[in-house]
Amino acid sequence: MEYTKGKLFWLVLLRMAIGWHFFYEGMVKVLNPAWTAKAYLMDSGGFMKPFFEWIAFNPSLLAVSDFVNAWGLALIGFFLLLGWLVRPAALGGMVLLGLYYLSHPPFPSIEYLFPVDGTYFVIDKTLVELVALGVVMSFPTAHIFGLDRLLKKS
Amino acid sequence: MQDNSMDQENKDRKTLQPGANGQFKRRDILKGLAAVPAFGILGYGLFKHLGELKASRLDLLGGEDDIIPKGVPLVAGGQTLRLGFVGTGSRGRYLLKALGFLHPSRIDEYSEWAAINKYWKEYMDEFHAQDDLNVRITAVCDVFDKHALNGMEVGANLFRKGTGGEMGEAPRRYGTYQELCAASDVDAVVIVTPDHIHVPVVLEAARQGKHVYCEKPLSWTVEETFEVRKVVKDTGIVFQLGHQGRQTDSYQVARSLIERGVIGKISLIEVCTNRNDPNGAWVYDIDPEANAGNIDWKQFIGPAPWHDFSLERFFRWRCWWDYSTGLSGDLFTHEYDALNQILDLGIPRSAMATGGVYFYKDGRSVPDVLNMAFEYPERDLTLLYSATLASEKKRGKVIMGHDGYMELDETLLIKADPKSTRYAEEIRLGRIEPHMPLFSYVPGQDKVDAITSPTEKYFAERGLLYTYRDGKSYDTSHLHLREWINCIRKGDGTQPSCNIDQSFEEAITAHMGTISYHDGRKVYWDEANEEIV
Repeated sequence: MEYTKGKLFWLVLLRMAIGWHFFYEGMVKVLNPAWTAKAYLMDSGGFMKPFFEWIAFNPSLLAVSDFVNAWGLALIGFFLLLGWLVRPAALGGMVLLGLYYLSHPPFPSIEYLFPVDGTYFVIDKTLVELVALGVVMSFPTAHIFGLDRLLKKS
Repeated sequence: MQDNSMDQENKDRKTLQPGANGQFKRRDILKGLAAVPAFGILGYGLFKHLGELKASRLDLLGGEDDIIPKGVPLVAGGQTLRLGFVGTGSRGRYLLKALGFLHPSRIDEYSEWAAINKYWKEYMDEFHAQDDLNVRITAVCDVFDKHALNGMEVGANLFRKGTGGEMGEAPRRYGTYQELCAASDVDAVVIVTPDHIHVPVVLEAARQGKHVYCEKPLSWTVEETFEVRKVVKDTGIVFQLGHQGRQTDSYQVARSLIERGVIGKISLIEVCTNRNDPNGAWVYDIDPEANAGNIDWKQFIGPAPWHDFSLERFFRWRCWWDYSTGLSGDLFTHEYDALNQILDLGIPRSAMATGGVYFYKDGRSVPDVLNMAFEYPERDLTLLYSATLASEKKRGKVIMGHDGYMELDETLLIKADPKSTRYAEEIRLGRIEPHMPLFSYVPGQDKVDAITSPTEKYFAERGLLYTYRDGKSYDTSHLHLREWINCIRKGDGTQPSCNIDQSFEEAITAHMGTISYHDGRKVYWDEANEEIV
């Protein structure tokens, strides 16, 4: 795929911004042993509510979920930033974001205890980031700016 | 070769594609490792974040971290403890369940619900997983035949089985509590009667050398409060009052935090009761099978003034002073005991109460709105209690200190006061935001949905029903009974957390409020003479 400098600039910036966000979110959780998604899961709404509550109430599932969440976010962020394995990382990121979205879908008549930093209807920032990751996945840049450039050459 | 390479490079520049000849150029390294500076900045950000997290937390906890309670150990070895139950109504059955005994038909019913409802599944899983305390129910006594027979069937269900399952020997039914207390196969007595019968049964049991677990409040009159304290101490029995809130994690955490000066000097404590349904206002259902033929009415009346047989009075006894201690004894005592546990309040210097029957004009004599102010001049603080049975506006338990306030519910929340002295510097630096939680403690799972009646929900929200230990949730009543049983097994004179001295303070404080309400005046506690004046 051929990019102009401008296109490349924005695509790399998008990839790295999302990577930055994921990596920091993940590492903060990884480094805080007291962190758990339990309360967030229990606060779920929408048609997937029973599923998320099931995880919250099941200690072993919750432990797995916490682990996958923290390390998943951190590693996905790491790969997006670094520019290596970007496709699987972006796909994994979309799955995580999809789950976050489904646990707290911004539909009218659903109320959450967790504060929301805006006013949303159907589309929220989580979904926007998910779509942006789709863009990152479809327009690869890591072979130009990223570790892929070195790996492909060697 | 070189020309080809030049061509390739020119092409790369045009399309911004990297070269593919396997050689790293400076530009490849720069572009390939573009993220390295980003990781540097992120690492710095994480380092700062962790430092702040650690610093604020350590500062808040005075450098110590071990404030999570250790729980009540299981001491189930040795001989089976033989229990007699005086009172097997709804609360009696609840305590039986906390000991591991449920009626087979209940197990059937709950298991059916558990199959389609995850909350009931958890409820039943928890019941089956509840530790075996190595106790037997050998005796029951209840003035209502139906309750007594039900209690016998519950007591026989040693193996937690449904209908048709293997049952053990049923406990023997006694016609009177005196006979039950005298039975040779009863080591200890659990008292779950209306308030006016508590002390008579405690006295009988203690004099027979039986250990006692008595539901709250300790007493119905002031006079008997002194007598029961003396007899329990003289006989040396193991005594526990049924304030299961003693086992609530957040209260124990609250005590540790306050001892560490986290909220500063406390000047005011506000506790409330907010209920708004007939069940919460003690208008319980009247069992259609109940009648003068299957209720021992004379024994029910006991020390109370005589009244002709009344199903309403029998099932809704909490509505009349003749058998009840009203809001002060029934609900304020839960709040008081929590605070006495956290702050060692003891008996106040004075009490002043107001209120009335303002909503439930159903013939009851106890008020449904009650406000009480207790003064502790030597502690420089006031304890306020405000209750209504006709509004559910949520008003929490709040301990107000100069540096912050603690809100206690099923969770514990501390917020800094904007004018705090202790946190002034942190607030100025923006490290602490006033009105934002400084510390919160969530003692486990949201079990409210597994609880059916509004009363139970109320208690669950107040942290009185469930608590959370070592990653496992427990019924606080189970833990409270367990603590009592452990002390009996130790046999070295150890008394449980809600012992007779704590119970005495609870009862006298509640009585002071009630007397003030009745007399319409401020009443005082004469500590030297141990007298309410």
